[in-house]
Amino acid sequence: MKNLRLAIAHNTGSLIAFGLFLILYLFYSFLHPRGFTTDLFVQNSNEAMTLILVGMAQTIVVIMGGIDLSVGAIMTLVDSVASDVVIGSPGAVFLGIVIALGVGLVCGLINGVIIVYGRLQPIVVTLATGAVYSGIALFIRPTPGGQVDADLSWVSTNALSELPGTYKWWEGDPPGWFNLISGIPMPIVILFVIVVFVWLPYRNSEIGRASYAIGSNEGAAYMSGVRINRSKLVGYALGGLFAGLAGLYFAIQTGSGNADPVQAGTYTLNSIAAVVIGGTSLFGGVGGVIGTIFGAGVLRSITFCFRVIDTSSPFGFLANPLLQPMFEGLILLVAVTLGAARSFGVKNRLNIFR
Amino acid sequence: MQLPKPSDLTRSVDRPLLFAGLFIVVILIVGTIYTLTVEGTATLLSPTYLILQLKVAAFLGIVAAGMMIVVLLGHIDLSVSWTIAASAMLATAWGGPFAIPVGLGVGIAVGLLNGIGVAYLRVPSMIFTLGVNVMLRGLMVMLTGGFSPSSVPTQAMLDLGKGDLFGIPNPVLVWVVVSILVSFMLRRTAFGRYIYATGNREAAVYLSGINTRHILVASFALCGLLSAVAGLLIAGYSSKAFQAMGDPYLLPAVAAVVIGGTNILGGAGRYSGTVVGTILIVLLQSVLSVMQMPEAGRQIIYGAVIIAMLLAYGRSAKIRT
Repeated sequence: MKNLRLAIAHNTGSLIAFGLFLILYLFYSFLHPRGFTTDLFVQNSNEAMTLILVGMAQTIVVIMGGIDLSVGAIMTLVDSVASDVVIGSPGAVFLGIVIALGVGLVCGLINGVIIVYGRLQPIVVTLATGAVYSGIALFIRPTPGGQVDADLSWVSTNALSELPGTYKWWEGDPPGWFNLISGIPMPIVILFVIVVFVWLPYRNSEIGRASYAIGSNEGAAYMSGVRINRSKLVGYALGGLFAGLAGLYFAIQTGSGNADPVQAGTYTLNSIAAVVIGGTSLFGGVGGVIGTIFGAGVLRSITFCFRVIDTSSPFGFLANPLLQPMFEGLILLVAVTLGAARSFGVKNRLNIFR
Repeated sequence: MQLPKPSDLTRSVDRPLLFAGLFIVVILIVGTIYTLTVEGTATLLSPTYLILQLKVAAFLGIVAAGMMIVVLLGHIDLSVSWTIAASAMLATAWGGPFAIPVGLGVGIAVGLLNGIGVAYLRVPSMIFTLGVNVMLRGLMVMLTGGFSPSSVPTQAMLDLGKGDLFGIPNPVLVWVVVSILVSFMLRRTAFGRYIYATGNREAAVYLSGINTRHILVASFALCGLLSAVAGLLIAGYSSKAFQAMGDPYLLPAVAAVVIGGTNILGGAGRYSGTVVGTILIVLLQSVLSVMQMPEAGRQIIYGAVIIAMLLAYGRSAKIRT
């Protein structure tokens, strides 16, 4: 019982984000003319996936008390690279995926090296490297275009049921157990795999725990013998890898590459919003990517909701395309304020200065 | 008599000023060598070109002055881009003799909102100003889409943006006035000292009996006001107020402030550095476009220069405790 209470206290942020997401998404599916269907869920998870991955990249860095303003740029760079290399024979496609993710990893590692060994502030460094990565992306893909393997694209953006058929895993009808899970959208499956095989091992490793310690109090972590430099390098590299995953998924989803710096900026800013709504403190040391997944879900659900509101209902004015951007901004402002406001519930007034 | 050693000299002069100043000279030399070899003229050293660059720098410089005040507090204002656009667009929409006061009022109002969010709600400035930025964009979409207001600046705004006085463009004069006021405020007034102190340790300032909330709100309001000034000038200069007009100013303003040696965590930095940082960024962009560098290459060099300058003088101390 005590453990449960502790677990809840530790994950309040994520739980609030989860609740908010559930409410918004149920509201959306309720209002949707065809109701909640597998197709709708698949489509929505496709639309949310890139932001979720970028948000996860941001989370890993924010936990260490840093910030990565280059996640959007890394995403567009990997998107541009992937639209060149993820094509051809199955072997070539696999190699292309490895190259694309490698680019993301290296970009993150470069951020980490400059921040750790250059002893510069992450916000300025990633602002500058972000400009560099956007520039490289523009070199690779001056105009939108390119192509991504069609099978991969089809499988990654549909329900799980399409996976065996496309790659001919078995002849005839699928086995019974598969029918149970065949309706799950592929992005959710990918997310599950990433969380279980990348995030959780990282979170529970020495390096991952060290990154929480660094975010809480870097000086104290240093004095307790935490290997700060190693943790930071791994953290920034992993952030780059996740941003790379986002870029790869974006390329797969759109079937082409686009090195638009404006789009990169939008994703960077939305990633910060997703992190905050997901309950991760921008001051570091608290939070995790699970909350961010729902934080990004909240952001996307808000957009979805505006699509389905009936214009003749009392809330019809919300659906007015002219007013929509303002309400989106207002809701974002309220959501991040709720997620980040610390002036409520502070016991010692001096604690709010930091 | 003993000559001062070079190391003493670099210590007595502000290092960011020295490095950024030297880099400006390097940019001018490289650009001039390029124009001499390609066109056979030293265009970059002509007064016309330099005055034009100062005029372009004035817009960024005014935005950077406001940004610097906020950065000195250890905060950041990401709503600058749409504060610029909103103040200019509402000013042109209002029109008449009150266009300029309305524009400035919009800037102050946005700044006050930011300040209240940061100082009273204690939302991290990065996220709150970001939200305000999105909301302002929405408001402006509503305004332009719903009412199709006038986007033509009034005569006074046009005069301010395009005219000149004794050969010096008006935006540059405004920049000079803003610079004198801001540097006086930062160095000679109690408010200015409180800004530095709050950026160093807000709890200590609070315990010495100063209401740091007022400092924060006033600083954000000042930043909004200066963004609005820049917005009105840009609208006058380009004869139009339009939606994306503020976008090219946000990140360069932050870059100008940090290149000028202001600590991004707050508490330290000289105003002269921000001026030099602004000129450096504007000259760099201009010379690269004179050299017909494609956008991609410009971005890469821009980023590399920021990192190189900071590695030269912006490194923080090693963690010891």
